[in-house]
Amino acid sequence: MPVEVRIPTILRPYTGGAKTVEAEGATIADLVSDLDARYPGIGERLVDDAGLRRFINVYLNDEDVRFLGGVETALTDGDSLTILPAVAGGAPRGNGRAVPPSAP
Amino acid sequence: MLRISRAHVDAMVAHARADHPDEACGVIVGPEGSDRPERFIPMVNAARSPTFYEFDSADLLRLYRDMDDREEEPVVIYHSHTATEAYPSRTDISYASEPGAHYVLVSTRECGPDEGPVEVRSFRIIDGEVTEEPIEIVA
Repeated sequence: MPVEVRIPTILRPYTGGAKTVEAEGATIADLVSDLDARYPGIGERLVDDAGLRRFINVYLNDEDVRFLGGVETALTDGDSLTILPAVAGGAPRGNGRAVPPSAP
Repeated sequence: MLRISRAHVDAMVAHARADHPDEACGVIVGPEGSDRPERFIPMVNAARSPTFYEFDSADLLRLYRDMDDREEEPVVIYHSHTATEAYPSRTDISYASEPGAHYVLVSTRECGPDEGPVEVRSFRIIDGEVTEEPIEIVA
């Protein structure tokens, strides 16, 4: 059940420069494992023990998966996945690190 | 070196003043590989915060889809600091994810929402390393 995955510029060094790759999985978590098997190292850029990394956005078709089931979101044939790092930052504060608001 | 029009610099500054004391953010996109900032796109700061900015996630997807369709890329990614200097913070550096882009910072710490002195500086942020670059204003 291949799913098309769009890879952002910052992660293309893992995919040999490819903008779009295929991977498989019943859920997003499975798909990330499969991606990591094909492109070692990419997995930890996307997820940590708590799920999706805070500043990585993953969209299933047109929907941010945070508003679906997160990494447990089920995938079906013909789905397309887009990965985009958040465009974010902020002013220094205290120790020089801005405090991000809590995740949605 | 960032080559940019006066109109685009003025537009970033106007956006920063309008959103002061919250941080303002946006992009100027241009044809892939051209390094020419052409299309000014102010974005909503979903964090609506004086110390943090983040593009709204749905807006971000639309922006990238649109750029894909037009064969464009982000040439400038700008945001404002409203109480500190126009220099990338550690947070800015850790989240910078477009190695090809010019990161422009506007500081409204002196002028606030009004006319007055404003700092505009441009940086490359690649693999966590910040390099300031000159800005050349073109017509």
